Amino acid sequence: MTKIVMGIESSCDETGVGLVRLHEDGSVELLADAVASSVEQHARFGGVVPEVASRAHLEAMAPTVRRAFDSAGLKLSDVDAIAVTAGPGLAGALLVGVAAAKAYAAALEVPLYGVNHLAGHVAVDTLEHGPLPTPCLALLVSGGHTQLLRVDDIAGKITELGSTVDDAAGEAYDKVARLLGLPYPGGPPIDKAAADGDPAAIAFPRGMTGPRDAKYDFSFSGLKTAVARWVETTERRGETVPVDDVCASFQEAVADVLTAKAVAAAKETGIDTLVISGGVAANSRLSGLARERCAAAGVQLRIPRPRLCTDNGAMIAALGAHVVAAGVPRSKLDFSAAPGLPVSTVTV
Amino acid sequence: MLVLALDTSTPAVTAGVVELGPDGATTRAERVTVDPRAHGELLTPHVLESVDQAGTTLRGLDAVVCGSGPGPFTGLRAGLATAASLGQALEIPVYPVCGLDAIAAEAAVDDTLLVVTDARRREVYWAAYDANRQRLAGPAVSLPVDVDTHGARHVAGHGVQVYPDAFTLPAVEPLYPSPRGLVLAAAAELRSGAEPAPLTAVYLRRPDAQEPHRPKRVLA
Ligand SMILES: [Zn+2]
Repeated sequence: MTKIVMGIESSCDETGVGLVRLHEDGSVELLADAVASSVEQHARFGGVVPEVASRAHLEAMAPTVRRAFDSAGLKLSDVDAIAVTAGPGLAGALLVGVAAAKAYAAALEVPLYGVNHLAGHVAVDTLEHGPLPTPCLALLVSGGHTQLLRVDDIAGKITELGSTVDDAAGEAYDKVARLLGLPYPGGPPIDKAAADGDPAAIAFPRGMTGPRDAKYDFSFSGLKTAVARWVETTERRGETVPVDDVCASFQEAVADVLTAKAVAAAKETGIDTLVISGGVAANSRLSGLARERCAAAGVQLRIPRPRLCTDNGAMIAALGAHVVAAGVPRSKLDFSAAPGLPVSTVTV
Repeated sequence: MLVLALDTSTPAVTAGVVELGPDGATTRAERVTVDPRAHGELLTPHVLESVDQAGTTLRGLDAVVCGSGPGPFTGLRAGLATAASLGQALEIPVYPVCGLDAIAAEAAVDDTLLVVTDARRREVYWAAYDANRQRLAGPAVSLPVDVDTHGARHVAGHGVQVYPDAFTLPAVEPLYPSPRGLVLAAAAELRSGAEPAPLTAVYLRRPDAQEPHRPKRVLA
Protein backbone atom coordinates (compact mmCIF):
# COMPACT_ATOMS: atom_id res chain seq x y z
CA MET A 1 0.00 0.00 0.00
CA THR A 2 1.28 3.46 -0.85
CA LYS A 3 1.08 6.34 1.59
CA ILE A 4 0.49 10.05 1.05
CA VAL A 5 2.72 12.29 3.17
CA MET A 6 2.20 16.03 3.56
CA GLY A 7 5.19 18.24 4.42
CA ILE A 8 4.94 21.71 5.96
CA GLU A 9 7.87 24.16 5.96
CA SER A 10 7.97 27.60 7.64
CA SER A 11 11.49 28.01 9.03
CA CYS A 12 12.42 31.20 7.18
CA ASP A 13 10.62 33.26 4.53
CA GLU A 14 8.97 30.55 2.42
CA THR A 15 5.68 28.92 3.38
CA GLY A 16 5.93 25.51 1.76
CA VAL A 17 3.46 22.64 1.50
CA GLY A 18 4.51 19.48 -0.31
CA LEU A 19 2.78 16.21 -1.03
CA VAL A 20 4.58 12.98 -1.87
CA ARG A 21 3.62 9.36 -2.37
CA LEU A 22 5.67 6.76 -0.53
CA HIS A 23 5.66 3.56 -2.58
CA GLU A 24 5.95 0.09 -1.12
CA ASP A 25 9.50 -0.30 -2.43
CA GLY A 26 10.50 2.78 -0.41
CA SER A 27 10.71 5.12 -3.39
CA VAL A 28 9.19 8.56 -2.99
CA GLU A 29 7.29 10.40 -5.70
CA LEU A 30 6.60 14.14 -5.77
CA LEU A 31 2.90 15.00 -6.17
CA ALA A 32 2.72 18.69 -5.26
CA ASP A 33 5.03 21.49 -4.20
CA ALA A 34 3.23 24.73 -3.32
CA VAL A 35 5.30 27.65 -2.03
CA ALA A 36 4.34 31.17 -0.96
CA SER A 37 7.33 33.46 -0.49
CA SER A 38 7.53 36.68 1.49
CA VAL A 39 10.94 37.52 -0.03
CA GLU A 40 9.66 40.71 -1.66
CA GLN A 41 8.49 42.06 1.69
CA HIS A 42 12.04 41.68 3.05
CA ALA A 43 13.87 43.17 0.06
CA ARG A 44 13.89 46.78 1.28
CA PHE A 45 15.30 45.64 4.63
CA GLY A 46 18.19 43.79 2.98
CA GLY A 47 17.48 40.59 4.88
CA VAL A 48 14.68 38.50 6.36
CA VAL A 49 12.72 40.36 9.08
CA PRO A 50 11.46 37.63 11.44
CA GLU A 51 8.18 39.31 12.40
CA VAL A 52 7.34 40.09 8.78
CA ALA A 53 8.05 36.46 7.85
CA SER A 54 5.91 35.12 10.70
CA ARG A 55 2.93 37.27 9.75
CA ALA A 56 3.24 36.15 6.15
CA HIS A 57 3.34 32.47 7.18
CA LEU A 58 0.08 32.79 9.10
CA GLU A 59 -1.66 34.39 6.14
CA ALA A 60 -0.23 31.98 3.58
CA MET A 61 -0.57 28.66 5.41
CA ALA A 62 -4.17 27.62 4.66
CA PRO A 63 -4.17 28.90 1.04
CA THR A 64 -0.86 27.14 0.34
CA VAL A 65 -2.24 23.87 1.74
CA ARG A 66 -5.28 24.32 -0.50
CA ARG A 67 -3.08 24.92 -3.57
CA ALA A 68 -0.96 21.84 -2.88
CA PHE A 69 -3.99 19.56 -2.64
CA ASP A 70 -5.69 21.11 -5.67
CA SER A 71 -2.60 20.70 -7.82
CA ALA A 72 -2.22 17.04 -6.76
CA GLY A 73 -5.94 16.35 -7.22
CA LEU A 74 -6.13 15.06 -3.64
CA LYS A 75 -8.31 15.76 -0.59
CA LEU A 76 -6.97 16.47 2.89
CA SER A 77 -8.56 13.20 4.01
CA ASP A 78 -6.24 11.31 1.64
CA VAL A 79 -3.22 12.14 3.85
CA ASP A 80 -1.64 9.24 5.80
CA ALA A 81 1.07 11.17 7.67
CA ILE A 82 2.29 14.73 8.16
CA ALA A 83 5.84 16.02 8.59
CA VAL A 84 6.65 19.56 9.68
CA THR A 85 9.90 21.49 10.10
CA ALA A 86 10.56 21.54 13.86
CA GLY A 87 13.86 23.44 13.39
CA PRO A 88 16.34 24.91 12.93
CA GLY A 89 15.01 28.31 11.89
CA LEU A 90 13.32 31.49 13.10
CA ALA A 91 11.36 30.81 16.29
CA GLY A 92 8.21 32.76 15.42
CA ALA A 93 8.17 31.46 11.86
CA LEU A 94 8.62 27.81 12.87
CA LEU A 95 5.81 28.11 15.40
CA VAL A 96 3.21 28.89 12.72
CA GLY A 97 4.00 25.73 10.76
CA VAL A 98 4.23 23.57 13.87
CA ALA A 99 0.90 24.83 15.26
CA ALA A 100 -0.83 24.32 11.92
CA ALA A 101 0.67 20.85 11.43
CA LYS A 102 -0.44 19.70 14.89
CA ALA A 103 -3.98 20.83 14.14
CA TYR A 104 -4.04 19.10 10.74
CA ALA A 105 -2.71 15.89 12.31
CA ALA A 106 -5.29 16.02 15.12
CA ALA A 107 -8.19 16.75 12.77
CA LEU A 108 -7.18 14.15 10.17
CA GLU A 109 -6.19 11.60 12.86
CA VAL A 110 -2.81 10.84 11.27
CA PRO A 111 0.69 10.66 12.80
CA LEU A 112 2.79 13.83 12.91
CA TYR A 113 6.58 13.94 12.62
CA GLY A 114 8.53 17.04 13.66
CA VAL A 115 11.62 16.89 11.43
CA ASN A 116 14.92 18.64 10.83
CA HIS A 117 14.96 21.25 8.07
CA LEU A 118 18.61 20.52 7.17
CA ALA A 119 17.91 16.81 6.72
CA GLY A 120 15.04 17.86 4.45
CA HIS A 121 17.50 19.65 2.15
CA VAL A 122 19.30 16.32 1.68
CA ALA A 123 16.18 14.14 1.48
CA VAL A 124 14.70 16.24 -1.32
CA ASP A 125 17.31 14.88 -3.73
CA THR A 126 15.63 11.46 -3.61
CA LEU A 127 12.64 13.03 -5.39
CA GLU A 128 14.90 13.80 -8.33
CA HIS A 129 17.67 11.20 -8.34
CA GLY A 130 16.20 8.23 -6.46
CA PRO A 131 17.45 6.51 -3.31
CA LEU A 132 20.55 7.98 -1.67
CA PRO A 133 23.59 5.75 -1.51
CA THR A 134 24.71 5.63 2.13
CA PRO A 135 26.90 6.85 3.46
CA CYS A 136 26.98 10.03 1.42
CA LEU A 137 28.18 13.58 1.98
CA ALA A 138 25.99 16.65 1.74
CA LEU A 139 26.97 20.29 1.35
CA LEU A 140 24.13 22.63 2.34
CA VAL A 141 24.54 26.23 1.24
CA SER A 142 21.89 28.93 1.56
CA GLY A 143 21.20 32.29 3.16
CA GLY A 144 20.77 30.55 6.49
CA HIS A 145 23.16 27.60 6.46
CA THR A 146 26.58 26.44 5.29
CA GLN A 147 27.18 22.90 6.42
CA LEU A 148 29.09 19.84 5.43
CA LEU A 149 27.32 16.66 6.57
CA ARG A 150 27.92 12.95 6.61
CA VAL A 151 24.66 11.07 6.06
CA ASP A 152 24.56 7.44 7.16
CA ASP A 153 20.77 7.21 7.34
CA ILE A 154 18.56 10.02 6.12
CA ALA A 155 15.87 9.02 8.63
CA GLY A 156 18.14 8.84 11.64
CA LYS A 157 21.89 9.27 11.45
CA ILE A 158 23.40 12.52 10.21
CA THR A 159 26.69 13.95 11.46
CA GLU A 160 27.98 17.46 10.99
CA LEU A 161 31.57 17.48 9.71
CA GLY A 162 31.79 21.26 9.60
CA SER A 163 29.82 24.48 9.34
CA THR A 164 30.34 28.20 9.05
CA VAL A 165 31.86 29.94 12.06
CA ASP A 166 30.28 33.28 11.10
CA ASP A 167 28.16 34.21 8.04
CA ALA A 168 26.33 31.68 5.89
CA ALA A 169 27.46 31.64 2.25
CA GLY A 170 24.17 33.14 1.07
CA GLU A 171 24.45 35.87 3.68
CA ALA A 172 27.85 36.84 2.26
CA TYR A 173 26.23 37.12 -1.18
CA ASP A 174 23.54 39.42 0.25
CA LYS A 175 26.07 41.64 2.00
CA VAL A 176 28.39 41.91 -1.01
CA ALA A 177 25.40 42.65 -3.26
CA ARG A 178 24.38 45.46 -0.93
CA LEU A 179 27.76 47.12 -0.95
CA LEU A 180 27.84 46.93 -4.76
CA GLY A 181 24.33 48.42 -4.97
CA LEU A 182 22.83 45.19 -6.34
CA PRO A 183 19.34 43.98 -5.26
CA TYR A 184 18.40 41.53 -2.48
CA PRO A 185 18.66 38.56 -2.45
CA GLY A 186 22.22 38.85 -3.70
CA GLY A 187 22.79 35.42 -5.26
CA PRO A 188 21.16 35.82 -8.68
CA PRO A 189 22.44 39.37 -9.49
CA ILE A 190 26.01 38.49 -8.45
CA ASP A 191 25.92 35.27 -10.47
CA LYS A 192 24.69 37.25 -13.49
CA ALA A 193 27.28 40.02 -13.17
CA ALA A 194 30.04 37.46 -12.59
CA ALA A 195 29.32 35.89 -15.98
CA ASP A 196 30.86 39.00 -17.61
CA GLY A 197 33.72 39.35 -15.14
CA ASP A 198 37.18 37.88 -14.63
CA PRO A 199 37.29 35.46 -11.67
CA ALA A 200 41.06 35.94 -11.42
CA ALA A 201 40.93 39.76 -11.49
CA ILE A 202 41.14 40.19 -7.73
CA ALA A 203 42.72 37.72 -5.30
CA PHE A 204 40.18 37.65 -2.49
CA PRO A 205 41.06 35.56 0.60
CA ARG A 206 39.94 31.94 1.07
CA GLY A 207 38.63 31.80 4.65
CA MET A 208 39.51 28.94 7.05
CA THR A 209 42.03 27.33 4.71
CA GLY A 210 45.14 27.76 6.81
CA PRO A 211 47.03 24.75 8.17
CA ARG A 212 45.71 25.32 11.70
CA ASP A 213 42.08 25.98 10.68
CA ALA A 214 39.34 23.40 11.24
CA LYS A 215 39.41 21.30 8.08
CA TYR A 216 35.69 21.35 7.30
CA ASP A 217 34.58 24.63 8.85
CA PHE A 218 33.88 27.73 6.78
CA SER A 219 34.18 31.49 7.28
CA PHE A 220 32.82 34.17 4.95
CA SER A 221 32.97 37.24 7.14
CA GLY A 222 36.59 38.03 6.28
CA LEU A 223 35.86 37.65 2.58
CA LYS A 224 32.98 40.10 2.81
CA THR A 225 35.22 42.63 4.60
CA ALA A 226 37.97 42.14 2.01
CA VAL A 227 35.51 42.90 -0.78
CA ALA A 228 34.31 46.02 1.07
CA ARG A 229 37.91 47.19 1.57
CA TRP A 230 38.80 46.61 -2.06
CA VAL A 231 35.72 48.49 -3.28
CA GLU A 232 36.35 51.44 -0.94
CA THR A 233 40.00 51.67 -1.90
CA THR A 234 39.07 51.75 -5.57
CA GLU A 235 36.45 54.44 -4.96
CA ARG A 236 38.94 56.55 -3.00
CA ARG A 237 41.29 56.50 -5.95
CA GLY A 238 38.43 57.98 -7.95
CA GLU A 239 38.20 54.90 -10.15
CA THR A 240 35.05 53.11 -11.28
CA VAL A 241 34.46 49.84 -9.44
CA PRO A 242 34.52 46.99 -11.96
CA VAL A 243 31.38 45.34 -10.58
CA ASP A 244 31.58 42.35 -12.92
CA ASP A 245 35.15 41.54 -11.89
CA VAL A 246 34.39 42.00 -8.18
CA CYS A 247 31.40 39.64 -8.48
CA ALA A 248 33.35 37.04 -10.46
CA SER A 249 36.32 37.15 -8.06
CA PHE A 250 34.11 37.04 -4.96
CA GLN A 251 32.07 34.16 -6.36
CA GLU A 252 35.26 32.30 -7.28
CA ALA A 253 36.49 32.58 -3.67
CA VAL A 254 33.19 31.22 -2.29
CA ALA A 255 32.93 28.35 -4.78
CA ASP A 256 36.61 27.46 -4.40
CA VAL A 257 36.45 27.03 -0.62
CA LEU A 258 33.11 25.21 -0.61
CA THR A 259 34.04 22.67 -3.26
CA ALA A 260 37.62 22.19 -2.08
CA LYS A 261 36.48 21.27 1.43
CA ALA A 262 33.64 19.03 0.24
CA VAL A 263 35.91 17.11 -2.15
CA ALA A 264 38.63 16.86 0.52
CA ALA A 265 36.04 15.33 2.87
CA ALA A 266 35.06 12.81 0.20
CA LYS A 267 38.69 11.80 -0.31
CA GLU A 268 39.41 11.54 3.39
CA THR A 269 36.29 9.55 4.29
CA GLY A 270 36.30 7.46 1.12
CA ILE A 271 32.66 8.42 0.54
CA ASP A 272 31.98 8.69 -3.16
CA THR A 273 28.67 10.58 -3.36
CA LEU A 274 28.19 14.31 -2.70
CA VAL A 275 24.80 16.05 -2.60
CA ILE A 276 24.80 19.85 -2.87
CA SER A 277 21.55 21.52 -1.84
CA GLY A 278 20.18 24.78 -0.46
CA GLY A 279 19.44 28.05 -2.26
CA VAL A 280 23.07 28.74 -3.22
CA ALA A 281 23.35 25.31 -4.92
CA ALA A 282 21.73 26.97 -7.95
CA ASN A 283 24.78 29.24 -8.30
CA SER A 284 26.39 28.55 -11.67
CA ARG A 285 30.03 28.78 -10.53
CA LEU A 286 29.48 26.61 -7.45
CA SER A 287 27.79 23.87 -9.46
CA GLY A 288 30.29 24.21 -12.32
CA LEU A 289 33.36 23.98 -10.13
CA ALA A 290 31.80 21.16 -8.07
CA ARG A 291 31.20 19.22 -11.27
CA GLU A 292 34.82 19.65 -12.39
CA ARG A 293 36.36 18.74 -9.06
CA CYS A 294 34.03 15.82 -8.33
CA ALA A 295 34.72 14.36 -11.77
CA ALA A 296 38.46 14.67 -11.19
CA ALA A 297 38.17 13.00 -7.78
CA GLY A 298 35.81 10.24 -8.91
CA VAL A 299 33.00 11.51 -6.74
CA GLN A 300 29.42 11.24 -7.93
CA LEU A 301 27.74 14.65 -7.66
CA ARG A 302 23.99 15.11 -7.13
CA ILE A 303 22.35 18.54 -7.22
CA PRO A 304 18.54 18.73 -7.16
CA ARG A 305 16.92 21.16 -9.59
CA PRO A 306 16.90 24.77 -8.30
CA ARG A 307 13.21 24.72 -7.38
CA LEU A 308 13.85 21.83 -4.97
CA CYS A 309 17.11 23.32 -3.59
CA THR A 310 15.43 26.37 -2.08
CA ASP A 311 13.19 26.01 1.00
CA ASN A 312 9.93 24.21 0.19
CA GLY A 313 7.40 21.76 1.59
CA ALA A 314 8.37 18.95 -0.79
CA MET A 315 11.71 18.48 1.01
CA ILE A 316 9.90 18.10 4.33
CA ALA A 317 7.38 15.70 2.80
CA ALA A 318 10.23 13.69 1.25
CA LEU A 319 12.05 13.46 4.58
CA GLY A 320 8.75 12.58 6.28
CA ALA A 321 8.24 9.73 3.81
CA HIS A 322 11.69 8.30 4.57
CA VAL A 323 11.01 8.63 8.30
CA VAL A 324 7.67 6.82 7.91
CA ALA A 325 9.32 4.10 5.80
CA ALA A 326 11.99 3.62 8.48
CA GLY A 327 9.33 3.07 11.14
CA VAL A 328 10.48 5.99 13.31
CA PRO A 329 8.03 6.70 16.18
CA ARG A 330 5.69 9.64 15.66
CA SER A 331 6.24 12.92 17.54
CA LYS A 332 4.07 13.71 20.55
CA LEU A 333 1.68 16.59 19.91
CA ASP A 334 3.24 18.74 22.65
CA PHE A 335 6.66 19.14 21.04
CA SER A 336 8.11 22.65 20.70
CA ALA A 337 9.52 24.37 17.67
CA ALA A 338 13.32 24.19 18.09
CA PRO A 339 15.12 27.19 16.52
CA GLY A 340 18.55 25.69 17.27
CA LEU A 341 17.80 22.05 16.46
CA PRO A 342 21.13 20.29 15.72
CA VAL A 343 21.36 18.37 12.47
CA SER A 344 22.02 15.16 14.41
CA THR A 345 18.39 15.28 15.61
CA VAL A 346 16.45 14.20 12.52
CA THR A 347 13.07 13.83 14.25
CA VAL A 348 11.87 15.30 17.54
CA MET B 1 -24.54 23.47 18.68
CA LEU B 2 -21.14 22.29 19.88
CA VAL B 3 -18.40 24.89 19.53
CA LEU B 4 -14.66 24.58 20.10
CA ALA B 5 -13.23 27.81 21.50
CA LEU B 6 -9.54 28.63 21.71
CA ASP B 7 -7.44 31.62 22.60
CA THR B 8 -3.72 32.40 22.83
CA SER B 9 -3.84 36.20 23.02
CA THR B 10 -2.79 36.30 26.69
CA PRO B 11 -0.37 34.21 28.81
CA ALA B 12 -3.18 31.63 29.09
CA VAL B 13 -3.27 28.70 26.68
CA THR B 14 -7.02 28.20 26.45
CA ALA B 15 -9.21 25.57 24.78
CA GLY B 16 -12.70 24.37 25.57
CA VAL B 17 -15.92 22.92 24.25
CA VAL B 18 -19.04 25.02 24.72
CA GLU B 19 -22.64 24.11 23.96
CA LEU B 20 -24.45 27.09 22.51
CA GLY B 21 -28.25 27.00 22.81
CA PRO B 22 -30.97 29.48 21.86
CA ASP B 23 -30.71 31.36 25.17
CA GLY B 24 -27.34 30.58 26.61
CA ALA B 25 -23.96 28.92 26.51
CA THR B 26 -22.73 26.09 28.74
CA THR B 27 -19.11 25.02 29.14
CA ARG B 28 -18.84 21.27 28.55
CA ALA B 29 -15.06 21.05 29.14
CA GLU B 30 -12.06 23.32 29.20
CA ARG B 31 -8.30 23.11 29.57
CA VAL B 32 -6.29 26.20 30.50
CA THR B 33 -2.58 26.53 31.29
CA VAL B 34 -1.07 29.90 32.14
CA ASP B 35 2.36 29.87 30.50
CA PRO B 36 3.28 32.56 27.97
CA ARG B 37 5.87 30.33 26.32
CA ALA B 38 3.76 27.21 25.88
CA HIS B 39 1.13 28.23 23.31
CA GLY B 40 2.77 26.33 20.48
CA GLU B 41 3.33 23.23 22.61
CA LEU B 42 0.09 22.90 24.53
CA LEU B 43 -2.76 24.23 22.43
CA THR B 44 -3.51 21.16 20.32
CA PRO B 45 -3.14 18.80 23.31
CA HIS B 46 -5.57 21.05 25.22
CA VAL B 47 -8.00 20.95 22.31
CA LEU B 48 -7.92 17.14 22.20
CA GLU B 49 -8.25 16.80 25.98
CA SER B 50 -11.22 19.14 26.21
CA VAL B 51 -12.98 17.49 23.27
CA ASP B 52 -12.42 14.13 24.89
CA GLN B 53 -13.58 15.34 28.29
CA ALA B 54 -16.72 16.78 26.66
CA GLY B 55 -17.51 13.27 25.44
CA THR B 56 -17.18 14.11 21.77
CA THR B 57 -14.59 14.13 18.97
CA LEU B 58 -13.30 16.84 16.66
CA ARG B 59 -15.72 15.45 14.04
CA GLY B 60 -18.59 16.16 16.43
CA LEU B 61 -17.95 19.92 16.42
CA ASP B 62 -20.11 22.41 14.54
CA ALA B 63 -17.81 25.44 14.58
CA VAL B 64 -14.61 26.92 15.98
CA VAL B 65 -14.25 30.30 17.68
CA CYS B 66 -10.79 31.78 18.03
CA GLY B 67 -9.51 34.87 19.78
CA SER B 68 -7.87 36.95 17.04
CA GLY B 69 -6.07 39.37 19.36
CA PRO B 70 -4.90 41.84 20.23
CA GLY B 71 -2.07 39.92 21.84
CA PRO B 72 1.70 39.40 21.85
CA PHE B 73 2.43 38.24 18.32
CA THR B 74 4.12 34.86 18.56
CA GLY B 75 1.65 33.32 20.98
CA LEU B 76 -1.32 34.85 19.20
CA ARG B 77 -0.36 33.17 15.92
CA ALA B 78 -0.35 29.72 17.55
CA GLY B 79 -4.08 30.03 18.20
CA LEU B 80 -4.95 31.43 14.79
CA ALA B 81 -2.85 28.85 12.91
CA THR B 82 -4.44 26.05 14.95
CA ALA B 83 -7.98 27.33 14.45
CA ALA B 84 -7.54 27.90 10.72
CA SER B 85 -6.11 24.41 10.18
CA LEU B 86 -8.80 22.70 12.26
CA GLY B 87 -11.52 24.54 10.35
CA GLN B 88 -9.96 23.65 7.00
CA ALA B 89 -9.45 19.97 7.83
CA LEU B 90 -12.81 19.49 9.56
CA GLU B 91 -14.65 21.65 7.00
CA ILE B 92 -16.38 23.72 9.66
CA PRO B 93 -16.53 27.54 10.00
CA VAL B 94 -14.01 29.43 12.16
CA TYR B 95 -15.17 32.70 13.75
CA PRO B 96 -12.56 35.20 14.93
CA VAL B 97 -13.49 37.31 17.95
CA CYS B 98 -11.72 40.13 19.76
CA GLY B 99 -10.18 38.63 22.90
CA LEU B 100 -11.10 41.74 24.91
CA ASP B 101 -14.77 41.24 23.87
CA ALA B 102 -14.57 37.68 25.20
CA ILE B 103 -13.39 38.96 28.58
CA ALA B 104 -16.14 41.60 28.58
CA ALA B 105 -18.77 38.98 27.70
CA GLU B 106 -18.12 37.13 30.93
CA ALA B 107 -17.35 40.07 33.21
CA ALA B 108 -19.01 39.55 36.58
CA VAL B 109 -20.82 42.90 36.68
CA ASP B 110 -23.71 44.64 34.90
CA ASP B 111 -22.05 47.99 34.46
CA THR B 112 -19.72 49.97 32.27
CA LEU B 113 -16.41 48.20 31.88
CA LEU B 114 -12.80 48.66 30.86
CA VAL B 115 -10.85 45.58 29.73
CA VAL B 116 -7.03 45.65 29.81
CA THR B 117 -4.49 42.95 28.96
CA ASP B 118 -0.70 43.02 28.94
CA ALA B 119 0.85 44.18 25.67
CA ARG B 120 4.44 44.02 27.03
CA ARG B 121 6.86 46.93 26.41
CA ARG B 122 5.12 48.71 29.31
CA GLU B 123 1.91 48.99 27.29
CA VAL B 124 -1.59 47.48 27.50
CA TYR B 125 -4.23 46.40 25.02
CA TRP B 126 -7.57 47.86 26.03
CA ALA B 127 -11.20 48.45 25.10
CA ALA B 128 -14.10 50.21 26.84
CA TYR B 129 -17.69 48.89 26.98
CA ASP B 130 -21.12 50.21 27.95
CA ALA B 131 -23.39 48.34 30.36
CA ASN B 132 -24.77 46.26 27.45
CA ARG B 133 -21.25 45.18 26.46
CA GLN B 134 -21.21 47.27 23.34
CA ARG B 135 -17.65 48.32 22.65
CA LEU B 136 -17.28 52.12 22.94
CA ALA B 137 -13.58 52.32 22.15
CA GLY B 138 -10.70 50.06 21.19
CA PRO B 139 -9.18 47.66 20.74
CA ALA B 140 -6.13 49.87 21.12
CA VAL B 141 -2.62 49.66 22.50
CA SER B 142 -1.09 52.37 24.69
CA LEU B 143 0.73 53.16 27.90
CA PRO B 144 -1.50 52.50 30.93
CA VAL B 145 -1.64 56.26 31.70
CA ASP B 146 -2.94 56.98 28.22
CA VAL B 147 -5.92 54.60 28.39
CA ASP B 148 -9.24 56.42 27.91
CA THR B 149 -11.63 54.64 30.27
CA HIS B 150 -14.70 56.32 28.74
CA GLY B 151 -16.02 56.68 32.29
CA ALA B 152 -16.02 52.91 32.94
CA ARG B 153 -16.79 52.04 36.56
CA HIS B 154 -15.14 48.58 36.59
CA VAL B 155 -12.11 46.94 35.06
CA ALA B 156 -11.42 43.35 33.98
CA GLY B 157 -8.51 41.49 32.39
CA HIS B 158 -5.04 40.53 33.61
CA GLY B 159 -3.62 43.95 32.69
CA VAL B 160 -4.89 45.01 36.12
CA GLN B 161 -2.56 42.50 37.74
CA VAL B 162 0.41 43.62 35.69
CA TYR B 163 -0.24 47.34 36.35
CA PRO B 164 -2.12 47.44 39.69
CA ASP B 165 -1.19 51.07 40.33
CA ALA B 166 -2.42 52.28 36.96
CA PHE B 167 -5.94 50.85 37.19
CA THR B 168 -7.65 51.72 40.46
CA LEU B 169 -11.24 50.96 39.36
CA PRO B 170 -12.91 48.03 41.15
CA ALA B 171 -11.58 44.91 39.43
CA VAL B 172 -13.84 42.06 38.34
CA GLU B 173 -13.26 38.60 36.86
CA PRO B 174 -12.21 37.21 34.43
CA LEU B 175 -8.51 37.75 33.84
CA TYR B 176 -8.37 35.89 30.52
CA PRO B 177 -10.81 35.06 27.72
CA SER B 178 -12.65 31.85 28.66
CA PRO B 179 -14.08 29.40 26.13
CA ARG B 180 -17.61 30.44 27.16
CA GLY B 181 -16.73 34.14 26.84
CA LEU B 182 -15.30 33.56 23.37
CA VAL B 183 -18.45 31.73 22.26
CA LEU B 184 -20.72 34.42 23.77
CA ALA B 185 -18.77 37.09 21.88
CA ALA B 186 -19.52 35.23 18.63
CA ALA B 187 -23.00 34.01 19.61
CA ALA B 188 -24.96 36.12 17.11
CA GLU B 189 -22.86 34.96 14.15
CA LEU B 190 -22.84 31.35 15.34
CA ARG B 191 -26.63 31.26 15.74
CA SER B 192 -27.31 32.90 12.39
CA GLY B 193 -24.73 30.79 10.59
CA ALA B 194 -23.22 33.98 9.16
CA GLU B 195 -20.23 33.82 6.85
CA PRO B 196 -17.21 34.16 9.20
CA ALA B 197 -15.04 37.27 8.94
CA PRO B 198 -11.53 36.64 7.55
CA LEU B 199 -9.34 34.97 10.15
CA THR B 200 -6.70 37.67 10.49
CA ALA B 201 -4.58 38.55 13.51
CA VAL B 202 -5.19 41.86 15.27
CA TYR B 203 -1.64 43.07 15.98
CA LEU B 204 -2.17 46.82 16.50
CA ARG B 205 1.58 47.27 16.01
CA ARG B 206 3.80 47.24 12.97
CA PRO B 207 6.74 44.79 12.86
CA ASP B 208 9.99 46.22 14.22
CA ALA B 209 12.13 46.60 11.16
CA GLN B 210 14.42 49.32 9.94
CA GLU B 211 15.55 49.93 6.43
CA PRO B 212 19.32 49.58 6.33
CA HIS B 213 21.64 52.54 6.09
CA ARG B 214 24.51 52.54 3.63
CA PRO B 215 26.97 49.74 4.45
CA LYS B 216 29.45 50.76 7.14
CA ARG B 217 32.89 51.91 5.99
CA VAL B 218 35.60 49.37 6.70
CA LEU B 219 38.58 51.63 6.03
CA ALA B 220 39.75 54.03 8.69
ZN1 LIG C 1 16.94 25.93 4.16
